[in-house]
Amino acid sequence: MAIPVPMLALSPTMTEGTIAAWKFKEGDEIKRGAVLCEVETDKATMDYEVSSQGTLLKIVVPAGGSVKIGDLIAVIGNPGEDISAILAQASQAAKADQSSKPGNTSEASPGPAPVQQATVSQPQNPSAPAPQPPAPGITPIGLSAPGSVEASRSVSAPMYQSGVAPSSPLARKLAQQAGIDLRQLQGSGPGGRIVKRDIHRYKESLAAGTGPGAGPGTMASRPAVQTGLEERSVSVSRLRQTIARRLGESMREAPHFYLRMAIDMERLINLRNSYNQSRKDAFTISFNAIFMKLAAMAITRHPQINSTWLGDRIQFHSQIDVGLAVALEEGLVAPVVRDCAQKGIEAIELELRDLIARAKEGKLKPDDYEGATFTISNLGAWGVEEFTAIINPPGSAILALGAIRKEAVIQTDAQGLETIVIRPMLRATLSSDHRAIDGAVAAAFMKDLVAFWEDPGRALL
Amino acid sequence: MQFDYDILFIGAGPAGYVGAIRSSQLGLKTAVVEGDKLGGVCLNIGCIPSKALIEQANRYSELEELKKLGITFDTAGFDYSKVQGFSRTAADRLSKGVDFLLKKNKVDVLSGMAQLIDKNTLVVNDGEGKELKRVSAFAIVLATGSRPRQISGFEFDEQVVLSSTGILMMKELPKRLIILGAGAIGMEFAYIMSSFGVQVEVVEMLERILPMEDEDVSSALKTVFEKRGVRFYTGMKALSLGRNEAGTLQLSIEPAQGSQQALDAAAKDDSTQNSLEPLILEGDKLLVSTGRSPNTDTLALETLGIKLDRDYVTVHDYYETEAQSIFAVGDIVAGEPQLAHVASAQAELVAERVAYILGKGQNPRRTRIEKQFIPQAVYCEPQVASFGSKEQELRKNGISYKSSAFPFRAIGKAVATGHPEGFVKVLTDPSTGEILGASILGSGATELIHELLLASQNELTVEEIADMIHAHPTLSEGVKEGALSALDRAIHV
Repeated sequence: MAIPVPMLALSPTMTEGTIAAWKFKEGDEIKRGAVLCEVETDKATMDYEVSSQGTLLKIVVPAGGSVKIGDLIAVIGNPGEDISAILAQASQAAKADQSSKPGNTSEASPGPAPVQQATVSQPQNPSAPAPQPPAPGITPIGLSAPGSVEASRSVSAPMYQSGVAPSSPLARKLAQQAGIDLRQLQGSGPGGRIVKRDIHRYKESLAAGTGPGAGPGTMASRPAVQTGLEERSVSVSRLRQTIARRLGESMREAPHFYLRMAIDMERLINLRNSYNQSRKDAFTISFNAIFMKLAAMAITRHPQINSTWLGDRIQFHSQIDVGLAVALEEGLVAPVVRDCAQKGIEAIELELRDLIARAKEGKLKPDDYEGATFTISNLGAWGVEEFTAIINPPGSAILALGAIRKEAVIQTDAQGLETIVIRPMLRATLSSDHRAIDGAVAAAFMKDLVAFWEDPGRALL
Repeated sequence: MQFDYDILFIGAGPAGYVGAIRSSQLGLKTAVVEGDKLGGVCLNIGCIPSKALIEQANRYSELEELKKLGITFDTAGFDYSKVQGFSRTAADRLSKGVDFLLKKNKVDVLSGMAQLIDKNTLVVNDGEGKELKRVSAFAIVLATGSRPRQISGFEFDEQVVLSSTGILMMKELPKRLIILGAGAIGMEFAYIMSSFGVQVEVVEMLERILPMEDEDVSSALKTVFEKRGVRFYTGMKALSLGRNEAGTLQLSIEPAQGSQQALDAAAKDDSTQNSLEPLILEGDKLLVSTGRSPNTDTLALETLGIKLDRDYVTVHDYYETEAQSIFAVGDIVAGEPQLAHVASAQAELVAERVAYILGKGQNPRRTRIEKQFIPQAVYCEPQVASFGSKEQELRKNGISYKSSAFPFRAIGKAVATGHPEGFVKVLTDPSTGEILGASILGSGATELIHELLLASQNELTVEEIADMIHAHPTLSEGVKEGALSALDRAIHV
């Protein structure tokens, strides 16, 4: 009896395979367990062992051909057997598969003709109105089919909204213990769910890929590409997990809107320079300390900026606690300087230094980074021109600062005369939670903020 | 079409008829060959009629409980043949039900004995060699089942020396019954017969009753049975069978070699019951329930290249035999448990495999059924059910595990309904809470086990079971508490 031989998932992450070489030719007798062909996966060249025996009736995918898991690569059976049904079904499946591809789902879609699968040579009919649905009762190979212990196609797991693939509770625990990011895995359980064996296979493939014991032929690694990149998974610290969860929640739940303004930094730069030069003890204040102080001063005039959306009410905070995003080896953290409006710039600077030093040593306590009512993220040191940031809860707004760059600016003097001048400019982008902060409120705040930063003396008025 | 049928099952037991219906669902042209009644041993002379007897035994036992309410009754009119008759009615009704199901699913039933001609052809004969029909099929599935194993010296005459079939057909209760083999069948009949007042003695060659179950289950169940007056002789093997002048059966037994009894006896000569001297048990009838033999001897399977291992059929992936396009499922398969639900699951898998080859469905998700997730059940009272690893086997393999048990006497419903015997035992991986295996002894155990099995098979851990709200008061609360026990959080102990 003729048996279809599909491409199998020979590594847990593979979604398609390329036939490297056929070990048999059509007409050859094949024993169960024989190596039918070699398949290049995403990681290595693997032996494909057959679970059936008989005569190799047809090689559907020639060496060098690349197909998805589940697609027909060969047919085994008795000599002279009619295999047209199997081939027809495979071509049906290929067609159905194309019609299910994203971007080509709408029947009326006039999109480009789908690329013909390598598996089936079939004349393409350009006048075909729409991709045909598969015939009833025939399940196309390669469509979402549950994976299996051995002989199956695995499908890429459908993602939950959070970007995490469905997984069994046990798989999640194992992945957490082993520090495996589930998004790197393909599920072989029902509906593409990631299950225990997927974790084990992944671990094995990691071991096989990096271990010295990889035997020739079976697990020979591909020639390493000199990119300096390697595939690995890194376990995630508690801190990073917390940050990830909270940023995810913030981005999903808080409707963000963004206001961008350019700020002329000349006076602020002068202020900092003159202060730093005036100190005899080489103590300097950073831009960040000044930014935090001046931002806090602007916030005192716009209490909505210093609020938290609580679902049925908005909490206004009596104290302005400003967080400053700091990049660390294992993630971003935003230590908080409490009550910035009431503190002098020097006091803020001192606190900031302590916090940053401790952050770099990984010694921050939750108290040090939780509860910012407003946050500043400054990527100016990297030369970033401008960017938008995700609001850091429980705050309702975050200010993203780019680099200070000299720009040509049109200046209008008292007589209305316009001249082009070179000014040090900074682009600041405020992300606000629209549930707590309206556009006009944010705009009014930004107007004051820009005014204070352009002329710090006004903050004293 | 090249063949008369796409798939043909030999045998219409829980493997054949279920596989046939599944095949037909998948659009395969299907037939079954059956030489006896539809439904096989399970339905006619196995699971089903024995459950009917057990139900009557339960009712009879409960009469004692009614005494406590001041109810007096008279069992003088009790007629065991009516009990037996009831079990036959149930079996007949279900057999007709299978006939209906096969018709409804357009499965052809070919009555007669099958004789394989080649890989794709068989002859249906009348059992005496007269050919009734010759049919061919793309795939042939051997689902011929098994029969009670006969041991020499204890051949069944079905009058005095009974197989499970004989005891199901028995219309009169003996006074004293000896049972050889304390597996599921032996224990179920020990329960039935002792419930109806028969004096029962059970001989088991291995060290404990229900040797395939958890050790704690075996010893707890033994205690319960002993309280009811059933006597056990474990680690003892039957030597010979004779009769005294009065015609009473005499079974001589001796400690099995290497058994604890034999070792103990060697160590101290004063042991009484477990001496090395043969012991003689007397009884009116003997039930031999020491296992089942596969029905593979009359099919001349080896001529087709099919490999046998001590009469069991050796299979590859998808239960395909050495002869391609011939599959084997059910009790004849080497290395898989002889259980009706296993047979059905194997047959469904084969149906799906054949449908896949013929382009009528997806390849089955598994190449073989997973033994880890096969439930096993014993229907005596209290019931026994389990799946997965047993403690003794984890210990032997050096696998780290945690064993937790929750007693039935701490389950409100169990106490209120008078079933305080038993426990829910869960074996977990201490690092993840993965359920490695579970055993339940107690009322309703054979139903309760499935919650744990569903969880285990789908990789829910004890945390998820503990997290689920269970209705109160139910016996299922014991399952939740068992899971809580594994987390050291049980409430009611």
